[in-house]
Amino acid sequence: MTMTENRHNKVIGTRLLRREDPTLLTGEAKFTNDLDIPGALHLAVLRSPHAHAKIIKINTQAAAALPGVVAVYTGADLQSMWAGPMPCAWPVTAEMKNPPHYPLAVSMVCYVGDGVAAVLANSETISRDALDLIDVEYETMAAVVDPEEAMTDKVIVHQDLGTNKSYTWNLLIESTEGCVEAAFKSAAYTVSERYVQQRLIPMAMETRAVAAVPQPFGGDIVLYSSTQVPHILKVMTALTLGIPEHQVRVITPSVGGGFGSKLNVYAEELLCVGLSRKHKVPVRWVEERSENAQATIHGRGQVQYVELAADKDGKLTAVRVRIVADMGAYLQLVTPGIPILGAFLYAGVYDIPHAYDFSCTGVFTTLTPTDAYRGAGRPEATYAIETAMDALAREMGIDPFDLRKRNYIAKEQFPYTAFSGLTYDSGNHLAAAEKAAGLADYASIRARQVKQNVPGATKRLGIGMTSYFEMCGLAPSRVLASLNYSAGGWESATVRILPTAKVQVITGTSPHGQGHETSWAMIASEKLGIPPEDIDVLHSDTAIAPLGLDTYGSRSLPVGGVAVAGACDKVIDKAKLIAAHQLECSADDLEFADGTFSIKGSPDRNLPLAAIAFEAFTAHNLPDGLEPNLEAQYTYDPPNFSWPFGTHMCVLEIDIETGKVDVLKYVAVDDCGVQINPLIVEGQVHGGVIQGLAQALFEEAVHDKDGNLKTSTLAEYLVPAASDVPSIVTDHTVTPSPTNQLGVKGIGEAGTIGAAPTVMNAVIDALSGLGVTHMDMPASPHHVWSAIQAASTK
Amino acid sequence: MKISITVNGITHEDEVEPRTLLVHYIREQLRLTGTNIGCDTSSCGACTVHLNGEAVKSCTILAVQADGTKIDTIEGLSKDGVMHPMQQAFMENHGLQCGYCTPGMVMAAIGLLNENPNPTEQEVRIGLEGNLCRCTGYHNIVKSVLAAANK
Repeated sequence: MTMTENRHNKVIGTRLLRREDPTLLTGEAKFTNDLDIPGALHLAVLRSPHAHAKIIKINTQAAAALPGVVAVYTGADLQSMWAGPMPCAWPVTAEMKNPPHYPLAVSMVCYVGDGVAAVLANSETISRDALDLIDVEYETMAAVVDPEEAMTDKVIVHQDLGTNKSYTWNLLIESTEGCVEAAFKSAAYTVSERYVQQRLIPMAMETRAVAAVPQPFGGDIVLYSSTQVPHILKVMTALTLGIPEHQVRVITPSVGGGFGSKLNVYAEELLCVGLSRKHKVPVRWVEERSENAQATIHGRGQVQYVELAADKDGKLTAVRVRIVADMGAYLQLVTPGIPILGAFLYAGVYDIPHAYDFSCTGVFTTLTPTDAYRGAGRPEATYAIETAMDALAREMGIDPFDLRKRNYIAKEQFPYTAFSGLTYDSGNHLAAAEKAAGLADYASIRARQVKQNVPGATKRLGIGMTSYFEMCGLAPSRVLASLNYSAGGWESATVRILPTAKVQVITGTSPHGQGHETSWAMIASEKLGIPPEDIDVLHSDTAIAPLGLDTYGSRSLPVGGVAVAGACDKVIDKAKLIAAHQLECSADDLEFADGTFSIKGSPDRNLPLAAIAFEAFTAHNLPDGLEPNLEAQYTYDPPNFSWPFGTHMCVLEIDIETGKVDVLKYVAVDDCGVQINPLIVEGQVHGGVIQGLAQALFEEAVHDKDGNLKTSTLAEYLVPAASDVPSIVTDHTVTPSPTNQLGVKGIGEAGTIGAAPTVMNAVIDALSGLGVTHMDMPASPHHVWSAIQAASTK
Repeated sequence: MKISITVNGITHEDEVEPRTLLVHYIREQLRLTGTNIGCDTSSCGACTVHLNGEAVKSCTILAVQADGTKIDTIEGLSKDGVMHPMQQAFMENHGLQCGYCTPGMVMAAIGLLNENPNPTEQEVRIGLEGNLCRCTGYHNIVKSVLAAANK
């Protein structure tokens, strides 16, 4: 395999400006709700105001009588429209309990925001006006909003199940039976921590929007949706509505961010398709922000019990983890699998023996369903191990960086087969950590701290760090099979050389801000020797890109980008046969560089790819039996996950009189292997870090005891503004992945994975002199101040 | 009610419902969909336009209140296919990812520089605090605005 690091890349590695930008910057880009859909009816969904209630009666007469209203439907009215319930594609265990979940509730509502009735009207305004005229009689029931409370089954969300426990998933790795327990008994040091991963609301700036357009003859349907997953949505729409799959075409126009929240199949998508077929006219829907906060999935929502055992030198000897994961009211597309994606990462970047005991129980609550949110399981795991490592360092009275150095998997150990059986492809944790420490001025901050954090000081200085792995690039299909996931993890690409040597790259990934058009053109340019501006990248329309598994889990580059490179290889191989034929030599005598085939040793005898493209098109003089045209489709199933890694550090100051945290410096040293476009890599890190920092300092979905969301608008849910956050110092090391020909790893989630524990470790570091050793996120002024007060009265 | 508004240099005479917000008038009646809607509480700034040269959130005023004014939207910024220096600065500094907040952010940033042509980084951050972005972490947005100021 040719490693990119050994090549002299000309395009890969440059800071090429994004081709996506001009239409977005000038307002020409079309998001789903910008589309002109002549004759469309507008859908509005009446949502339950109760977290848990029986539906006794629904009166839709007044709403139906409102001028401009075309129809009003209850869940019962539409029940015959569905071929099956909404999909959950990840039954993590054979026994997993999964209550049927339909686009509109039929007899019970199980969270505030659960859809109860649907209005179709001639305008969006009228459709929403009509919602106020629908009269629903409910018999309310007790809510359960705390996942640990839900574990007691005192209030059961779905009575038919008899329990709130959906599943328990275990991973016990022991070299000898009982060795985990034995390690804890004989440990020189142990820590036992409880962490709460608060619920987060993804809050992509574009809320969801859908338009379903039935075609005039034959039953075909075009579904426009602001989704990350057009291909998955196509299959699931077909299955859920009983439409032959080939009659469903999904198009995703520009998408205004996803962060996992649009990695799903939602009620409104199915309602628009079903009702557009019923009424034989287009149906469209756009989500309001407060609706988005309730009807689009939430992220995180876990209670974690983490125990570490270490020997006298601080070397980890065992890890034990118990998780209670809040599923919310129903299982959405991959809800139960999210905590399992983190299950392998609770030993972090450390060299531990085969002594690992993980168990996760997923429970139903009467809240919005949870599902993937940037990082999906891996931020939670990284947070737990990295904050527990700081607790262990405090227990031992040593510097947390020193403790990590004693435990890092060494550079020489890669590729490293972990306790879990997974192989970490490449890494160099110490190098990344030392680089971060240099940029953060770790030693001098420690020295300043001694002077600054003296008794009576009101501004306390803290520094925190995290060293992480991001298990991403989802995913080897066989590994997904072993985890009971219902689909594969491959990605597809087609490369087509047009007669004039312009190129179309067709990808199954579906970008929504990540710049795939730019990066995929760079990869194809590097491979083919054709300038990026001559390469078009097509995506996000299942009629144009019929094969694909879409964009999530930092998979697009290490799976989809590698597929583009593989398709280029196939095109080059075919072109080589034509070149050999025309140059009258053996294909083995040819070499390909800079877009030209030449005979080894006789560089003047050559043929550029551009000339071959035209020959392949005219087909006048091709080798016998060779198909005309230069086009190849390639599907790449990765042999391994990709394992980006790095170290982040944060320096902050806390005003102990107000509890306000002021971040002075944030350093991110990330290693995603070979960088295709460093401009885009840095952008992904910046955004990811601020999302993780936002979990640590600002964001929390707050519910009252009755299950009402108290933070349902952007006025209450604190997505940070520019003035709330610092600039970020980014740097990198480059340790290419040996598992793919580009040497690349994903980078979309790394920032988020690293940031929350980094910031929280710095917060505790600043306050540990006051006796504060624990704080739940977010470290808001109120939480910080309360923790200081509690510690001072101990 | 009848209103007369000059948008991107073109005067429109239109009938609007009294409850129509300016942003809905711009998007739905004029079909200028570059101005986006990101919230329902005037928190996000995605709908920022210029009203008589000043950056305003177009969800905070009714179309009838804008009667007789001059509005500029993102569509009116580039001239003869050449982007406004602020748009160019955003492109050159990777100041956008998904691009949804971008039209409002660019309009707000131009408004900021109109009032303060040479801001510090902190002044840019405070000046843009009414506009939310979920992708960039603001790092490259701030960089873009500072770059535009230095041109």
